[in-house]
Amino acid sequence: MSAKTEAIEQHVPGTTKLFLWVWVALLVMTGLETFLAYEDMAILIMLTLLMGLSVIKTGFILSYFMHLRFERMGLFLMIVPVVVFIICMILIFFYPDSVRLMHMSVT
Amino acid sequence: MNHTEAEAQPIADITWAGGPSPLAVNKKKLGMWLFLLSDSITFSCLLIGYSYVRLASPDWPRPFEFYPAIVKATLMTVILLTSSLTMVLGVHAAHKGERSRAVKYILFTMLGGVLFDVIHISEWINLIIHEHVTPFHNPWGSPLLGGAFFGLTGLHMLHVTIGVIYLGVIAWGFGTKRFAAEDVEVSGLYWHFVDLVWMFIFPLVYLINVAPK
Repeated sequence: MSAKTEAIEQHVPGTTKLFLWVWVALLVMTGLETFLAYEDMAILIMLTLLMGLSVIKTGFILSYFMHLRFERMGLFLMIVPVVVFIICMILIFFYPDSVRLMHMSVT
Repeated sequence: MNHTEAEAQPIADITWAGGPSPLAVNKKKLGMWLFLLSDSITFSCLLIGYSYVRLASPDWPRPFEFYPAIVKATLMTVILLTSSLTMVLGVHAAHKGERSRAVKYILFTMLGGVLFDVIHISEWINLIIHEHVTPFHNPWGSPLLGGAFFGLTGLHMLHVTIGVIYLGVIAWGFGTKRFAAEDVEVSGLYWHFVDLVWMFIFPLVYLINVAPK
């Protein structure tokens, strides 16, 4: 391998094997989600489990497929906390009211 | 450099002079990340709005049978995840300078996108023609189901379609040496984002609304 090729390959994050493992993990979690959808449980518990799995899947995609794990921490801090903060703010306003309406059985 | 010289210098020639780059990414990649940030907020608002009406409507229908809806949605998820794998392998090949291999991976990714759209459209046709669901009406309960379903999945399908076209341009440009590996990587970020959004639409729209046994 020439020095030039070696220098280029040093900038390529991740390996094929790593990406295949991430893909398999994502498929397994998708299968688990579909299985959970047919389990008898309260909707809020199911929602929590499904969203938990989706957040883990998002973490895998962001970290490995979108290479965020291999970028500088500054880029991660510029993007992820902002989105999480905004989503939390929207949820703070909307979620309690939707649960209130659910308990009131308003049609 | 005095004031007059700075004014005479074209803006495009002025380079970063603030020490080490804090983010260590090129401007295209940074631009795409900022676009994805804004787009993620758009989808978040839609998903949270949908969840709001879903929880607040006691007559919310649960129409999705195991076949065809759940089987198709699961298959679409597998296709999108697989297309993300081929995309990341394409980016990997592009950075290694393997142009033809990178183009092949991008073409496989586009095939995944087209397959996703075809299955999704077949499901829309089934709902509209056989189940008589429209954005404003459905035969089962809360009329908001149609609007929420078609709005969310329609915007996502638009993203997939735009992604397929975008990847086509990138594959052509990279194959003919007009574009660099960083352009492939930036298009990859867009494609993975489309995949990432589906990871929330799939459970929230389909799995939560599985038809009771």
